[in-house]
Amino acid sequence: MSGRGNPDWLLLDEQQQMLRKTAESFVVRNAPVGRLRRFRDDRSSGGFARELWREMAELGWLGLQIPELYGGAGLGFFDLCVLMEASGRELMPEPFVSTLLLGAQMLLLGGTDEQKAALLPGVITGDTLLAVGYEERGGRGGISKPITSARETSDGFVLRGEKVQVLDAHFANRFLVSARTGDTSAGAPHFSLFLVDPNDPRVAIERQHRIDEQNCAIVRLDDVSVGREGLVGELHEGARLLERVLDRARVGLAAHMLGASERAFERTVEYLKEREQFGVPIGSFQALQHRASRLFIEIALTRSTVSAAARAIDKGSDEVDALASLAKAIASETFMQVAKEAVQMHGGIGVTDEHDIGFYIKRAQATYVSFGDPSFHRRRWATLHGY
Amino acid sequence: MTVVETFRREARAWVRENAPRSLWGASAAGPFDGFWGGRRHPAVAEDVLRWRDLACEKGWSAPDWPKEYGGGGLPRELGRIVHDEMRAIGVPRPVAGQGIAMLGPILLTYGSPQQKQAHIPPIVRGEIRWCQGYSEPNAGSDLANVELRAERDGEHWILNGQKVWTSHAHLADWIYCLVRSDPNAPKKQEGISFLLVDMASPGVTVRRIDLISGFSPFCETFFDDVRVPGENLVGQPNRGWTIAKALLAHERSSIGRSIARQPGSAQEELVRRARKHLVAPTGALPDPLLRDEVAALGMREEALHLTLARIRQSAESGSPGHEGSIAKVVATELKQWRFEIGMQTAGLEGLGWEGPGFDEEDLQYTRDWLRSRANTIEGGSSEIQLNIIAKRVLGLPDGNQ
Repeated sequence: MSGRGNPDWLLLDEQQQMLRKTAESFVVRNAPVGRLRRFRDDRSSGGFARELWREMAELGWLGLQIPELYGGAGLGFFDLCVLMEASGRELMPEPFVSTLLLGAQMLLLGGTDEQKAALLPGVITGDTLLAVGYEERGGRGGISKPITSARETSDGFVLRGEKVQVLDAHFANRFLVSARTGDTSAGAPHFSLFLVDPNDPRVAIERQHRIDEQNCAIVRLDDVSVGREGLVGELHEGARLLERVLDRARVGLAAHMLGASERAFERTVEYLKEREQFGVPIGSFQALQHRASRLFIEIALTRSTVSAAARAIDKGSDEVDALASLAKAIASETFMQVAKEAVQMHGGIGVTDEHDIGFYIKRAQATYVSFGDPSFHRRRWATLHGY
Repeated sequence: MTVVETFRREARAWVRENAPRSLWGASAAGPFDGFWGGRRHPAVAEDVLRWRDLACEKGWSAPDWPKEYGGGGLPRELGRIVHDEMRAIGVPRPVAGQGIAMLGPILLTYGSPQQKQAHIPPIVRGEIRWCQGYSEPNAGSDLANVELRAERDGEHWILNGQKVWTSHAHLADWIYCLVRSDPNAPKKQEGISFLLVDMASPGVTVRRIDLISGFSPFCETFFDDVRVPGENLVGQPNRGWTIAKALLAHERSSIGRSIARQPGSAQEELVRRARKHLVAPTGALPDPLLRDEVAALGMREEALHLTLARIRQSAESGSPGHEGSIAKVVATELKQWRFEIGMQTAGLEGLGWEGPGFDEEDLQYTRDWLRSRANTIEGGSSEIQLNIIAKRVLGLPDGNQ
């Protein structure tokens, strides 16, 4: 059995290869990593290229994995990962993670028909950008215990609290945030997920600036009223939904990291062939050759884990959690190792702001600690395997 | 149902019907685990021989080899399914070892019709055991430096010199050798021939080699004016290097695969070992650092398995990638890492060599740990594999190393 018919197939079919080729050349042509310098230095730029996002919408990419019912292409998460990988090659800061991985997946997995019908068509056309707030100050990724609270009233909820590093919050059209609900006196608190209108006068947004030029902001909720229709998923059951959403985001982000690792590695191998010292290309030195070969090996292993995790999502496997942890942990370690070696092998020029390779180590660190760092995922893996 | 699915069903039924019950679960480790055969094979259980006979009757000791030589005549894809089904119930290969895993495929490609007729059927039936004569004291990683001299004497070759790491030579009936047939060739690679030698020839002697782990199947094999008929030359004189390289590529991938296919997972084994030595029968392992390391190893093990699956799929879909070269490095290093963790877990209890005060399982584990140090050296060291990736895959330039 081969191709799409086989749920364990880890390779791209013809259609996916085509998507990959088109997306990669689109990214190279329109989104070279050097753009990040401009986004960083010109704060009025908004941090991403809205027209590029619209172009991708026109190509049908933003709705790849969204069901046809809402105007999407109805393909799999595996296909979305092909796009995520391409976006990683030039470290695109466009709202892939916030809107396609977090927001859209939360709606797909937990949203009501009305919520999906209201928001997903806009996601597909590029008009609607989503931001998901679950991290809090000092939370260190402990997302299961939000301090932000949602007090139940006669016609809905009143939210109060602060979310930090909410990806793309300063330009999103809609927020999805976690907040405690119900009795919080005994045991672990329950929480739920809510849609919040960023234009509500009781919402304050303050842009943050990270090393990796991934856009984010602080979101302060000062007794924001949300109607019952703004509840996403079951009341008190936000933890389960958020974890499922995060698993998808982990896999999608791992694909992005895979693309980034591969591109940083390609740039480095090119440099090893060009750069001469002692009268020869430095790539002829065995000390560097072996390290380059090791990186090649790590990237190959990473690709297998990302493919397997994406397939697991598409076949509704009960191993999604373990495979998402696997892909995220391995991709994090690989990207970090590749980025560190890339800088080292570039030598002095590698640590200058003038050279693009430095962007990769910044994104490597940012992605390493996002959605759980490798040690978090190893603990989770051990628990899932009964030790 | 597709042809493949139908065949899988048949293969499964046949294997389960015919494999003797006593062999179920006895193995799962690929082309080197099973009946090695030969004229001098050590005593084996009756069922091992029965399994060999039944499989040979059906041609399934070498399912994808031509029928005229005793194989099953199946396409590769289906041949693999036969082995998959044997592995699924942990039944060893009906015939295993160097002949079937290494030399057979080479003879099928490079051998003359007479050589195929003479040598392949006994390999398929496990009647003749082969060993490999590649390495020499001065030809390890630099294999093209082989010096075992082969001089023409009429219709014969006369061999003088030595091979080393000739595994199982003490039980082998024949040896396939890389020999120096032209000492004056401008390039070392162009003066090498590929010869088949009967171990019973006068002038062949074998000496055993002990490893740091103790007893081993490794040997040295000496050649003192050994006469070899000219018909035992495979391919053209002085063109043996091409054959050698093909065989090495085959060896690399099968070492990686066979290590990765060993039964049970390394992770499970380490967890069991940790529970035993830390006296922690259930729950999270009490040592968080150990737990973290076992998880890291378990993840890498899974990543390797997925990568091997991906390599297999690439090969099936006719676009083999370069990932094949990574299997050996990752699989062997993973195995060493597993034993390192296991040894640290055992503490003093892992220090036993033999005798009282140590349990059998720990004694064996310690020997296996020592043996694992050879894994990254034999079959092309990790460094050689990294060279191959750097040059052939990444295209990095040659240098003065």
